[in-house]
Amino acid sequence: MAQTALKLKGSPPVSDWKKWLGVTPFFLFAILFLVLPSLRLVMGSFTNSEGQFTFANLLQLFQEQFILDAYWLSIRISAATAIGGGIFGFLLAYSVTVGGLPKPLRSALITFSGVASNFAGVPLAFSFIATLGRTGFVTALIKNVFGINLYQQTEFDLYSFWGLSLTYMYFQFPLMVLIMAPALDGLKREWREAAENLGASTTQYWLRVALPVLLPSILGSMILLFGNAFGAYATAYALTGGRLGIITIQIGAQIRGDVLHNPGLGYAMAMGMVIIMAISLIGYSWLQKRSERWLR
Amino acid sequence: MNILARIRRIPFWSWIWFILGALYFLLPLYATVNFSLRMERDVIGFKAYVRAFEDPDFLKTFMYSNMLALMTILASIILIVPTAYWIRLRLPEARRVVEFITLLPFVVPAIILVFGLIRIYSSPIKIPFTDTTLLQPLTTFEIGTDILIVAGYVVLGLPYMYRSVDTGMRTVDVRTLTEAAQSLGASWFTIIVKVILPNIRAALLSGALLTFAIVVGEVTLASFLGVPAFGPYLFLLGQHRAYEPAALSFASFLLTWLAMGLIQLFTGGQGQASGAH
Repeated sequence: MAQTALKLKGSPPVSDWKKWLGVTPFFLFAILFLVLPSLRLVMGSFTNSEGQFTFANLLQLFQEQFILDAYWLSIRISAATAIGGGIFGFLLAYSVTVGGLPKPLRSALITFSGVASNFAGVPLAFSFIATLGRTGFVTALIKNVFGINLYQQTEFDLYSFWGLSLTYMYFQFPLMVLIMAPALDGLKREWREAAENLGASTTQYWLRVALPVLLPSILGSMILLFGNAFGAYATAYALTGGRLGIITIQIGAQIRGDVLHNPGLGYAMAMGMVIIMAISLIGYSWLQKRSERWLR
Repeated sequence: MNILARIRRIPFWSWIWFILGALYFLLPLYATVNFSLRMERDVIGFKAYVRAFEDPDFLKTFMYSNMLALMTILASIILIVPTAYWIRLRLPEARRVVEFITLLPFVVPAIILVFGLIRIYSSPIKIPFTDTTLLQPLTTFEIGTDILIVAGYVVLGLPYMYRSVDTGMRTVDVRTLTEAAQSLGASWFTIIVKVILPNIRAALLSGALLTFAIVVGEVTLASFLGVPAFGPYLFLLGQHRAYEPAALSFASFLLTWLAMGLIQLFTGGQGQASGAH
């Protein structure tokens, strides 16, 4: 009430369209550097080389085996690092919140997660080459201690599916820790006490109370991790030099020079990526809303 | 209490997960440092660091990236602070659509953004429906490319900067501050620069540092727009050198650590995560 009174006294009412002038620069910027570039790709994917409207590019997307392979590889890597990073990140967040580890470890982990989730791209790729590359530190360690040569006696290769996934995990599970730690804090002590009073074991409490409450949050975060890995380009490019054909690498090749010999198909490839990212963001926000019902 | 009971109270699995996590975090860092210190045979030394920092190209690209980061931060503040302020004060009905736009960069990753930017701005900008050229293609001259890349970085940082500023404004009473300033005769410009900005400086700082962390090592936009930035430089260095890139990688890690540490210090809260991978 006090605020409305103040508002009436303090400033004259601004007419409706003038109010919107205040946000024009923002919208202008968004249109010029975000909306227009995206629209250009969308329109391009519906245009053939003569400039006419067509669905051919989108249909061809599903016929070119190497494009399907690129999407599939990206999806597999993103899913593997989302699930793996999600589970491991959850366990780590659990260990420092309700898991009973000393408090200082918690702030150490949170700080480190903030750094690691922002540490990506070229430096991350180089660090992993120094760790698990052919002459890497851990590669040498395994050779000296266990007598196993990773690159000759096993299938392992840093510049492959598992290598890239392992590298992505370095920014994936810290992100999970950052999201899950507050959610785990939101578990109320009363719920546990109520469960114990009713004779539930620890396992029963986790399976019947805690996990169902946390599940939307866990799944939502995993979807966020999926999108995080799906859009990544720099790390993969620096690590594999473009040899591992994930979708972002293929789009990069298309930007550098029209390798598909069909610009429209390149745009369609980009649009397909945007659609997958959009679906995962929608899934994330839907689950996020569900999780807010119980937590916080 | 006997020893057995005491052992049983140790959260065994928690420790296992934590130690595994710590190993996974620290091993790559240790490996990088270890490698970067062995440039000279049988000697542990900082030769790789000296070599890396002595390279004039390093200084040039690093300063250039810092300049880009600074421009991005300034542009974001100029763009976002008045917008968030105005929405809070006068235009709550725009909140939903603006928040939606600030989320879009999550849907349009850097590689797609630069694809679109190049396609739009590599042809001359014309006045619609005429043949009059308004501006040469932005990608053909240096300042044009700089504008383009800073705009792209503002987009990439948009979700973090907007969230930071908006959270900052939630904690101060924007309306009362504005009324007070207005009754003393302050103009809109004065209100934003002298009243609002100082009151949300912690939020601004954390947004700025996060933007800095995104921009300084960024590779995707920088390499496709062909600017002499630090990210592409480090990538190229890695193609024909071994020890210097490791040294610079570790230095980048320390820089990220510094930025995140400062955010913690200023906000006292939790670290935030960006998405420029």
